[in-house]
Amino acid sequence: MTDFLNSVTLLTNYIVVPGLTYGSQLALGALGITMIYAVLRFSNFAHGELMSFGAMSTILVTWVLQSYGIKLGFLPTALLAIPFAALITVFYCLLTNSLIYEYYREKKIDPTTYLIISVGMLFFTAGLIRFIIGPGDQKFNDGTRFILKARDFKEMTGLNEGLAIKTTQGITVVVTILLVAILFWFLNKTRTGKSMRAYSDNEDLALLSGISPKRVVMITWVITGILATVAGALYGLDKSYKPFTYMYLVLPVFASAILGGVGNPLGAIVGGYVIAFSELIFTFAYKKVFTYMLPEHLAPKGLVQLLSTDYKIAVSFVILVIVLLIKPTGIFSGKTI
Amino acid sequence: MSFLIGENMIGGYGSANILNDCTISVKKGEIAVVVGPNGAGKSTAMKAIFGMVNLKEGQIKIDGENVTKLAPQERVLKGMGFVPQSNNVFTTMTVEENLEMGGYIRRDDLDETISQVYELFPVLKEKRFQPAGELSGGQRQQVAVGRALMTNPRVLMLDEPTAGVSPIVMDELFDKVIEIAETGVAILMVEQNARQALEIADKGFVLVQGENKYTDTGKALLENDDVRKAFLGG
Repeated sequence: MTDFLNSVTLLTNYIVVPGLTYGSQLALGALGITMIYAVLRFSNFAHGELMSFGAMSTILVTWVLQSYGIKLGFLPTALLAIPFAALITVFYCLLTNSLIYEYYREKKIDPTTYLIISVGMLFFTAGLIRFIIGPGDQKFNDGTRFILKARDFKEMTGLNEGLAIKTTQGITVVVTILLVAILFWFLNKTRTGKSMRAYSDNEDLALLSGISPKRVVMITWVITGILATVAGALYGLDKSYKPFTYMYLVLPVFASAILGGVGNPLGAIVGGYVIAFSELIFTFAYKKVFTYMLPEHLAPKGLVQLLSTDYKIAVSFVILVIVLLIKPTGIFSGKTI
Repeated sequence: MSFLIGENMIGGYGSANILNDCTISVKKGEIAVVVGPNGAGKSTAMKAIFGMVNLKEGQIKIDGENVTKLAPQERVLKGMGFVPQSNNVFTTMTVEENLEMGGYIRRDDLDETISQVYELFPVLKEKRFQPAGELSGGQRQQVAVGRALMTNPRVLMLDEPTAGVSPIVMDELFDKVIEIAETGVAILMVEQNARQALEIADKGFVLVQGENKYTDTGKALLENDDVRKAFLGG
C-alpha cells in the first residue's frame, strides 16, 4: 500500500502538477491563437512574442510596484502587475491592428499574406522586446515559493516521496480557470460576445445583421492581448523570463490550438492539456515508479524513459503531424468560436 | 403608391450589366414575386434593391424616401429585411441566438419580437436551444426568415426561400409568407418554383436578361399563354 501511495505521489509530483501548470499556460496561449484565427482567419505566428511582450510588461510594472514598496504578501507582486501589463499589451495589439492588420483586412487580403505579416510582426516584436528589456534572464518572482513543501508533505504523510506545489503553479491553475470562465461567459452570454461568434460563423450574414467587423476585430485583439499577457506572465513566473524561450513556446502552443481544432476555444484548452501531459508522460523516467510497484527482482536497471527531455518539443510536433494526417480539423472540428 | 420600388435599375457586378432597366415594386401587405429563367438577374435585382450590388442608374425608394446611396445595414434600419439564398443562418449558434443576432441593431428589448417569431414558427420554439446547423432544411429556412423578422421590417425580401426543400415544406413556407404579408409587411420574393409562387403572388414580375418582360397580377400571369409556355412549362 505504501509503495502504491509512493508511486502515486511520485507521478503527481512530476507529471500531474507540472502538467496542469504547463497545460494551463499552453491553453491560455492557444486560446489567443484560436481567437485570432476564428475572427481574422489567419494563424498569428507573432503570438509567442505577444506573450513575451505581456510578460515583459508585467516585469516592468512589477519593478515599478516594488520600487514603491508595494507587495502582495505571500503572493508574487507580479499578480498585481498583470492587469496593468495587460493594458499595455492590449494597447500594443490595438496599435498594430490599426496600423497594419486593419489596412490589410479592408483590402480583403488572403490568409497567407496575413500569415507573412504576422511573421514580420514576430521579428519586430522580438526586436522591440530585446531593445526594451534585453535578451537576458529576468527573475521577478517574489512572495512565498511553495504552497506545499516536499519535506512537509513527507512529514505529514510519512511517505518516502515528497509532493511539492509551487505558489506559481497554484496561481497558474487558479488564474486559468478564472480567465477561461470569464471568457466563456463573455462569448456565450453577452451581446458583444455573441456578435463575435456570429461574425466568426458567417461574416456576410453578420454584416447584414448590422454587426460592425471593425468593432469585432478590435474586441478580438483586446481579448488576445489579455490572454497573451496572462499566459506569458504565468509562464515567466513559473520558469523565469527569457525572451528567446517564447520563440520555442509558440510551437507547442500552436500544436495545442491545432490539436483541439483551431478556432474552437474549448479545443484550445483540451489541446493545451493533451500536449502538456504527453510531453511529460513521454519524457518522464519511470524507474522509481516501477521500483515501487514491482517485486524487487523485477526492478528495472535503466531509467525507463521513453524519450530524453531534450525531445520534449518533438513530442508536440509528432502529435501535430498525427493530427494533421488523421483529423486536420482537430478534435473539436474548429473554425468558429 | 408602392411601398418599395426599385426603379429603372441598371447595373451588375463588373463592367457587364446584368440588370438592364428593370423595375420592381411592392405595396404594403402585398406579395410580389420575381420569376424568370436562370441568369435572368432575379437575385441580382433583389441584391441591388438591398444595396449589395452597385447600380449605375436607377433608384431605390422606401415609402417615398430615396435609399439608393445607403449601405445594406442602413437599409435594415429603414425597414428592410433580407433573407439570403444560402448561408442564411449562423450554423454554430442556437436558434434563439440566431434571432438575437437578427435584432442586433435594435437597442431595445427583443423578447416580444422573439415570442412573435416563435408564434409564427412554433417548431423553432421547441428547438430554441439547438444549433441552427443541426436543423432540417425547412427549419433552417424558418430560422432565416425569423432572423430577418427580428428588426420588425416593413418589407421582407426573400431570395429563393424554397430552394432545396421538399414540396410539403415549400407549401408550409408559402403559408407562412402569406401570414407575414397579412400583418401588413410588404413581401418581395425571388422564386425558382414559379408556378407555386405566382399562385400566392399579388403581383408577378417576369424578368428576362435583366429586363421586365411581363408584369401583372400573379393570377393573370398564370393565365397568360406566352408566360405559361415560355416559363412555366406549358
